[in-house]
Amino acid sequence: MANVTEPAAPATETSAASTKVARPALRRLLPALGPWVRRLIFYLALLALWQLIANSAIWPDYLLPTPGEVFSDLVTGFGSGGQYLQASLVSLQRLAIGYAISLVLGVVLGLLMARVRLFNETVGSLVLGLQALPSVCWLPLAVLWLGLSEQAIIFVVVMGALFSITLGVDAGVKNTPPIYLKAARNLGARGLALSLQVVMPAALPAILVGLKQGWSFAWRSLMAGELLFFTLSLGNLLETGRDLNDAAQVVSVMFVIIAIGVVINSLIFAPIERRVRERWGLQPT
Amino acid sequence: MFFQTIASAARDAEPAAGSAQSTQGSIPLRIEGVSKIYSGRAGEVEALRPIDIDVAPGEFVCLLGPSGCGKSTLLSIIAGLEPATTGTVWANEQKVRGPGTDRVLLFQEAALFPWLDVQRNVEFGLRQIGTPRKERAALARYFLELVHLQGFERSYVHQLSGGMRQRVAIARGLALNPAVLLMDEPFGALDALTRDKLHAELELIWAATRKTVLFVTHNVREAVALGDRVLVFAPRPGRIVREFRIDLPRPRALEDHALVDQAKEVLAALQGVMEPETQEAVYGERH
Repeated sequence: MANVTEPAAPATETSAASTKVARPALRRLLPALGPWVRRLIFYLALLALWQLIANSAIWPDYLLPTPGEVFSDLVTGFGSGGQYLQASLVSLQRLAIGYAISLVLGVVLGLLMARVRLFNETVGSLVLGLQALPSVCWLPLAVLWLGLSEQAIIFVVVMGALFSITLGVDAGVKNTPPIYLKAARNLGARGLALSLQVVMPAALPAILVGLKQGWSFAWRSLMAGELLFFTLSLGNLLETGRDLNDAAQVVSVMFVIIAIGVVINSLIFAPIERRVRERWGLQPT
Repeated sequence: MFFQTIASAARDAEPAAGSAQSTQGSIPLRIEGVSKIYSGRAGEVEALRPIDIDVAPGEFVCLLGPSGCGKSTLLSIIAGLEPATTGTVWANEQKVRGPGTDRVLLFQEAALFPWLDVQRNVEFGLRQIGTPRKERAALARYFLELVHLQGFERSYVHQLSGGMRQRVAIARGLALNPAVLLMDEPFGALDALTRDKLHAELELIWAATRKTVLFVTHNVREAVALGDRVLVFAPRPGRIVREFRIDLPRPRALEDHALVDQAKEVLAALQGVMEPETQEAVYGERH
């Protein structure tokens, strides 16, 4: 290898030259395409890789479905005979109820923690401790107390979101610049008006972080909880997919779960965040 | 001419501004033996040695001193945002027990609310005292016009320059029609050009609205250009060491000889208090 012979030298030279031509072309092309096209190319490549591996038949098709099988499963699942739409609605309803409860409780708890010292020293430390406990760990207890019921699973969702929201509100209120409070009190704001018109909006950026984390924790806890339940839901569809050795169903339900997450994020949280950032001047409009 | 337009505009608006406090006759502000001692980890710190000031209606009083002389603390006590250790503040013959919209404090940072647009920032105080929506909007528009910010009603705070923010803060304070304006180095963070421009504007607004003003600054030129009276503070502990009456005609020009001479005199007094050995001498003279 070290002894490069005379005829070999021109060959390596030409191959080096060809990569030299190819690279700048790619480098010029990619940025010109725009982020969405680049993203599309990436996912198409990923799909192709998946198809390639599935075709290679290293694993049987009931373990690794092809993209086409997953797609047709999604089509039948959302078709008139399928259960995916109903299952999604069941899961979304649980999420909405659980999240709404955590939202109300979390805002109240967070405000109390931030404003009442005794509350912060006592309940505050408990909240910090419970935050470290994955909310699915509440499921066995919830089932013992409430049975395999709707209440048990909503309880787990609440436990998933509550503490993130509480800590977000607490941090937001505690970090409110004192100058806003001084100015507001000076302009005659008192009590509830001070809380609602100054403290809460001033804390909004930090509260949003808590709300967003709370929602993703709620979604995860819900899916984990539903794996153990027998009624129709997204988590339950994952479990039946496993029972039936139907990997296509498992993967397509995973896609549904991801899609719901992305949609909620981009329809609810992203616009609120963008608006707050614009108003605060954190992002060029 | 410009001055007269503003003055007459303000007089027209006076009835709209609700109960126009007639400060004539009564003393808008009397500070009686007010002191402040902070007790912290390092023991007690005497921030203010007992201070007495009487302010006449419509008077423009500048509190001048180096940082750490307690002048901002005094303003905060007058605003009712923190209690005095001893002594009493009387505002319009009433004992001050907390914040009140008869005394509005303006800060070095304009302290506008970033979640509200300019219009709603100016309306904020009016909303707290329960002014009806329509009247609120009209008053906000009027005062925004007074500070030359018409057309910026729907802007957010981060879209404004530092000088514009302070003008919004002034409009927000004036909208409440306070008897006393307390200004805590409101132009301290601005560049010299903007500051000079705002001095002129403030002088006009003050002449037009006849507010009593207490203005804290460490800038001698600013104090002499604006004040009817300049009180020079010395630090550690904060106390008043000299008092100057500035009887120069208004509107004042910064390059006026009489003003420059007066500023020199005040500066000399200020430099005196900033050197430890002379500080003792000045202190000894007064007591």
